[in-house]
Amino acid sequence: MQQGEVQIFTGSPLGVLFLWHVFNFLALKKFNNLTEIQSEISAGALNCEALVKYYLKNIEQQKELNAFLEVYQEEALQEANRIDQKLKDGTAGRLAGMVVALKDVLCHEGHELSCSSKMLKGFQSQFTAPAVQRLLAEDAIVIGRVACDEFAMGSSNENSAFGPVRNAADLNKVPGGSSGGSAVAVQADCCLLSLGSDTGGSVRQPAAFTGTIGFKPTYSRISRYGLVAYASSFDTIGIISRSIEDNALVLEIIAGYEEQDSTVSREEVPAYSTQLLEEGRVKKIGLIRETMESEGLNEEVKAKTLEKIDALKAQGHQVETVEFSLLDYILPTYYILTTAEASSNLSRYDGVKFGYRSPNGTDLESMYKKSRSEGFGEEVKRRIMLGTFVLSASYYDAYYTKAQKVRRLVKDQVDQLLSEFDFLLMPTTPTTAFAIGEHSEDPLEMYLADIYTVLANVCGLPAISIPNGEDKDGMPIGLQIVGGAFKEADLYAFSKKLLPA
Amino acid sequence: MNINEESLKKLAHLARLDFDASASEKMAKDLSGILDWVEQLNEVDTEGVKPLTNMSQEINAYREDVVGNHLEREKGLKNAPDQDGEFFRVPKVLD
Amino acid sequence: MTMLDPEVSAKYEIVVGLEIHCQLLTNTKIYAADANRFGEAPNTNISPITLGHPGTLPKLNKKVVDYAIKMGLACGCEISRENSFERKNYFYPDLPKGYQLTQDKAPICVGGGLEVLPKGAAEKVYVPLNRIHFEEDAGKSIHSETEDVTLVDLNRAGTPLIEIVTEPAIHSAAEAGAFLTDVRQIVRYLEICDGNMEEGSMRCDANISVRKYGAPLGKKTEVKNMNSIRNVQRAIDHEVERQIILIEAGEEVISETRTFDANTGTTAAMRTKEELNDYRYFPDPDLSPLFVSEEWIEGIRTEMPPLPADLVQKFTQEYGLPAYDAGVLTETKEMALFFDAVCQQTQNRKAASNWMMGPIKSFLNEQGGDIKNFSLSVDQFVGLIELVDAGKVNFSIASKEIFPRLVADKAATAESIAKAQNLLQDSSEDTIRPIAEAVLAEMPDKVTAFKKGKKGLIGMFIGQVVKKSGGKADPKKAGAILQELLA
Repeated sequence: MQQGEVQIFTGSPLGVLFLWHVFNFLALKKFNNLTEIQSEISAGALNCEALVKYYLKNIEQQKELNAFLEVYQEEALQEANRIDQKLKDGTAGRLAGMVVALKDVLCHEGHELSCSSKMLKGFQSQFTAPAVQRLLAEDAIVIGRVACDEFAMGSSNENSAFGPVRNAADLNKVPGGSSGGSAVAVQADCCLLSLGSDTGGSVRQPAAFTGTIGFKPTYSRISRYGLVAYASSFDTIGIISRSIEDNALVLEIIAGYEEQDSTVSREEVPAYSTQLLEEGRVKKIGLIRETMESEGLNEEVKAKTLEKIDALKAQGHQVETVEFSLLDYILPTYYILTTAEASSNLSRYDGVKFGYRSPNGTDLESMYKKSRSEGFGEEVKRRIMLGTFVLSASYYDAYYTKAQKVRRLVKDQVDQLLSEFDFLLMPTTPTTAFAIGEHSEDPLEMYLADIYTVLANVCGLPAISIPNGEDKDGMPIGLQIVGGAFKEADLYAFSKKLLPA
Repeated sequence: MNINEESLKKLAHLARLDFDASASEKMAKDLSGILDWVEQLNEVDTEGVKPLTNMSQEINAYREDVVGNHLEREKGLKNAPDQDGEFFRVPKVLD
Repeated sequence: MTMLDPEVSAKYEIVVGLEIHCQLLTNTKIYAADANRFGEAPNTNISPITLGHPGTLPKLNKKVVDYAIKMGLACGCEISRENSFERKNYFYPDLPKGYQLTQDKAPICVGGGLEVLPKGAAEKVYVPLNRIHFEEDAGKSIHSETEDVTLVDLNRAGTPLIEIVTEPAIHSAAEAGAFLTDVRQIVRYLEICDGNMEEGSMRCDANISVRKYGAPLGKKTEVKNMNSIRNVQRAIDHEVERQIILIEAGEEVISETRTFDANTGTTAAMRTKEELNDYRYFPDPDLSPLFVSEEWIEGIRTEMPPLPADLVQKFTQEYGLPAYDAGVLTETKEMALFFDAVCQQTQNRKAASNWMMGPIKSFLNEQGGDIKNFSLSVDQFVGLIELVDAGKVNFSIASKEIFPRLVADKAATAESIAKAQNLLQDSSEDTIRPIAEAVLAEMPDKVTAFKKGKKGLIGMFIGQVVKKSGGKADPKKAGAILQELLA
């Protein structure tokens, strides 16, 4: 180093020392999007190592949130160093500088995968989900595995076998579920973005409860290979982030054809990240009357939703109220079909080749029953029982086939609406985050929390939840926008305009 | 729809689950309640409607008959609760 | 062990339906790309998909569909344009996912059937099929003798199977045997399965019931664990008798699953709680719908090899061979096609047939060889036939001396060997006459007997001439000369 010359970014010991001082002095602020991070990296004011250390500290200091089941401290730092080198060499991927958390239902080779269940505690994935693979290929850093409702079944993240996850806005309140850990990790600045899964609202509802952005793409947009199956015709990987840009970029990278999933779409993946600024013509937005008049809809949530509608109208968009008589039937349809699929998808957890095996089994039959009864939590068992019932020979037509028919009717009607309207708008949830333990007694009460979100899963459509203010207790409120199939680009662009700049 | 003790036992057996007396009672109650609630679907006229089975637009998703995708035995047995290096081991079926 | 009066059993009609599972000879499993190989070390042909690991999904092997269509075409089935996939849910250690992927509502093949000739029957019988569908096999459970454990090997889990289901329209053990024999032959012709019941690549369950003629169907039992065609027949015979005895005694046949014991030739009820098994079939949401097009089917059709029935017809009608010959010659496709190729080059099909059924078959049996590896070429074979036809060697010399050498030497021809070994039959007057004269001179009393009327002695004289010539004298010529000399 020459006299008087300051070399800002160098790997030499003196350079590192200099940086260390700078960072401490600046006291790293919260990053809200990758662009900010990447420009600081280019400017030499930041590197991946410091970034990872920053997030590790936040995780450590907010342990009471119970969001992380496992933090990959060493690994993340190693990756950070590797990617810092790539950045220097100019070979870094598009997600260099993005630190992510993975919901504990995504396979990551060599890492534990528990689905927040005793049934899979200690199970090690033997392959990586393609969606995760694609993130890693672009140099995202996975900082840890976050908790969820067991096997993605729940709307509050109270069903984790490893303790409830807490909402960072109020530790006595739920963060929502099932991707509660994913949402809180982003909310509490423990990572920039998180992958979750959305089967009935499990990404959007916790996003609403935590003031983050939760995106569910069209069914079949992202390969489901490596996503632990809950309900196969409803499951999608979802993305929780602080910014639309990051969300869109990640979708662009992980979406698209993949040969191991027989249902994944061959539809081309647009460059979502470059299509966020489409200057809008006037949009036609549908408001389902029954959603706004729903009994359980909280007054403040309703008010904030109406405010947004007024704002949209003021901007010149057309907002029209439409009838949707089938609204009330969507949830029962969802519960019949998802539990049916789940009851079968979870049969593989039998203590034979992996997973929990009870020490109390004496023969094969008792081994099965004890392992599954001890390994699964209440809610999971309830859904397996319900699913077993609706698929049983005597009831199959009355329940399962009936629900499949109603699903077709609902889908046809919603598709029809989305041919007339660009989007459907509604609150994401009927209330803000409720207290931990509030809905423990009656499972039905908990199911009703999904009333607005399940529509998108029943119909296979893309939907997003964006922050829409707070209630008087400071708890976040979410606004949901549902789009037409494969219209993610439109959904992102429109959502971006609804958010503060 | 009311789930009685006998139906619950049969369902539990099909699902390979075990419930003690009180858990059994709660489960029966929960299930009956949920089933009553989902029965509102009967209010929907589905005459002539074809059940919706596939949510993806893809068809004929097949692959060529080429070997790939193996797992070494060690890795395959790795997560097993009981194995002997060759086989998975389970308790026998009792007569 | 018949305790039944034939007069009594004659009152009853036997009603049997068969379910045959054939393991397909594809490179990979049906829903996973693991190798589909037999006899490997336990748990070495596996993948996360086969193990049912969380997050795994099935992907259909196209070849399985091709093979199923092939079988369907061979059996005259309707090939379904739209196919369904269902899950059959039950728990067993060798069923990793806790469900089997199969086809229930819309299988790949519907209807069809085979005409079979039961042993001892005068006429053929048509056995109609209900369906053919494809599905995955389970792994293997090995029950330990020494400990209270079952060992599970998942190599076989996911192996592709086709299941051939007949209508309950088989009316005797012999019919069942003939049907199974034909199915085995066809799958081998199509090269989709090696049809080996002893090894388990082909398995059969039988649904058996009896009824008085004209009465409604009786209660049926499902019999499993018959590992040969003969055992299927034995099982049917035993089970039918068992059921008739019960009914005659005024008792009920219980609808249940029974296992066959090959040692005793009897069936016994299995211990599983069948009545509690509800498989909860529902459409699999992980597999996309399968639509089979006309082009796809036509493509398979054009690739089809000739079938046994077609070749039997050709051999009997076109080549004029007896039904027996045609049956033997079409036992395997390789043999039949080899024979057919030979018949393109020679008109003496009967000779070719005799060779195939005689020396060639013996040779292959001795060598333990397959006609696939048979080193005799069509040209060589034809040459051999022609050599005998031309009277240049007799059949005995040809089969004992020339044939083995011909097989051992690809470059040789029958003629070249005959020459080299000095085996060519001699038809020359100059060689034979002196020998004939010598023979007659040696046996004056026989000559006298001949002249006195014992015309049969000519055969003996010919034999002597042939012997004296070291086997080379042409018997026909020798006979002619002898007749002259004896006149």
